Amino acid sequence: MNVLVCVKQIPDPNVPGKLDPETKRLVRDGVDVVLDPGDEHAVEAALQVIEKNGGEATIISMGPPRAMEAIRRALAMGGHRGILITDPGLENSDALSTARAIAAAIKGQTYDLIICGTESTDGSSGAVPAQLAELLGLPLLSFAKKLEIMEGKAQIDRQTDDGYDVVEAPLPAIVTVTGGINEARYPALRGIMQAKNKEVKQVGLNDLGLDGQVGKNALTEEVVEIKSAEARKAGEVVEDKGEGAKRVADFLAELKVI
Amino acid sequence: MANIWVFAETVDGTPTPVVLELLTKARSLGEVTAVALGPSASKSVQTLGKYGAKKVYVHEDPAFRDVLATPAVDLLSSLIQKDQPDLVLFGMTYDGRDVASRLSARLSTALIANASDVVSKDGGWAIVTPVFGGTLLVTTVPRAKAPTLVLIRPKAVAAEPAASATTPQVETLTDPVATDKPVARVLRREKEKASGPKLEDAAIIVSGGRGLGAPENFKMLDELAAELGAAVGASRAVVDAGWKPYSFQIGQTGKTVKPAVYIAIGISGAMQHTVGMKGAKTIIAINKDPEAPIFKLADLGVIGDVHKIVPQLIQEVRSRKSK
Repeated sequence: MNVLVCVKQIPDPNVPGKLDPETKRLVRDGVDVVLDPGDEHAVEAALQVIEKNGGEATIISMGPPRAMEAIRRALAMGGHRGILITDPGLENSDALSTARAIAAAIKGQTYDLIICGTESTDGSSGAVPAQLAELLGLPLLSFAKKLEIMEGKAQIDRQTDDGYDVVEAPLPAIVTVTGGINEARYPALRGIMQAKNKEVKQVGLNDLGLDGQVGKNALTEEVVEIKSAEARKAGEVVEDKGEGAKRVADFLAELKVI
Repeated sequence: MANIWVFAETVDGTPTPVVLELLTKARSLGEVTAVALGPSASKSVQTLGKYGAKKVYVHEDPAFRDVLATPAVDLLSSLIQKDQPDLVLFGMTYDGRDVASRLSARLSTALIANASDVVSKDGGWAIVTPVFGGTLLVTTVPRAKAPTLVLIRPKAVAAEPAASATTPQVETLTDPVATDKPVARVLRREKEKASGPKLEDAAIIVSGGRGLGAPENFKMLDELAAELGAAVGASRAVVDAGWKPYSFQIGQTGKTVKPAVYIAIGISGAMQHTVGMKGAKTIIAINKDPEAPIFKLADLGVIGDVHKIVPQLIQEVRSRKSK
């Protein structure tokens, strides 16, 4: 079973993000970056599939050179090799450019399964997996909270508003996984050491053959304004000294809830 | 006049709530066509007209219900090439996102996700997207050829029927749905049991986070909710930890709610959560951490131990109700 996992390096989600008002992009300088926690579940899902069915996991990411750290982290968890798509010409790529670059970078290689998080924690559009599925002509099993591989097909429990749907597709297929699908493992020291020697192929714009189809010359959209939203005003904050519950009940009574 | 399309998701012939919101927005921007797909979709025509659709494309093949995204993408892309709409609105739902994303790759068009508003600007569109938990509003304009595809968050727009409802022109399609490609097929649907009002419709929501300490402590939230006639929600942290099913999750990756009263218990107020609940009319927060960001949003915040305060609150509510 040949599994590809798409991952993204993002600013640490525990630190409130900032946009640069000039460039209207996320401020990346001086911000700690991490492997997107959502993608850790994708890596974990791939490793579990391999542990059960055999095979190898390739980790792919697109980003600046330091996105290598995110790939190394996924390799330390147990991935076998990596592909880093990096090129100054890919800066400011939108989702469709990203999907095109990933599709081009894996051209000629065959994967039984491609696993992604449902969406990145920073961008949250969740468009890349479905766009990649479309470009590769593959079925997409999205929002999986459970994944099983059976002879030649994948079956998932797909999250819905009031439960889940059981959905299956023949392999090869793309699966997006929710955070609830598994508990992602921490890399062991041995894994971290081994990851340093695992092969990570670097792919640049020249290797992709996508002239004019990716990067800032192929933007389908442009950010023109960023402004602060009208903030909610903080109200009264009280410390509970035994009267906290009563204060809440009084407030509920004022609101005519009780 | 601009030609605005709405991807009208229906369940057994009833449009989902977000569809009515999309129609309300769409009719303020131009002439509205709705596309309703799946078994009994024709039953939705009257409601779609009531909210402003002048024309409805209907295709009732069961494949639109039973196969994820691809049949809808095939049909939409051929209809779009024929009619060339300016803008297509989708709800930011599980299916809406899959369909719109695939379609954007097929047509090489702009796709803007998570939007809260669309306005016409300089003969084009400006799309507003809240980021960082809704603290910043980003305005994006499309740079690709029409149509622009926009995924609008549920509850971003208040649904209102059109002033003058018209019976839409209906075009029933019967083009065969391609079955030769590999697809993702729904085998069966499972519903998780929930008691009390639905989260999306509830006037009062009692919501719990990691600060509850353990899954069994959600019981006191159930009890409080029952006393208040409220629905129970949860933060992503506790859903990811498996304490509650995903259907309880409020936030960026979960549901967007706008109740009259939202009571956040042991929820710190990470942006991923607040984006889904900051539209509540009144917010009450109980948390032991005085630095919790939820207190910056709350109309009333109580710093303290939820394990003490919540049982006391249940007692308070009970005794006041019995008076």
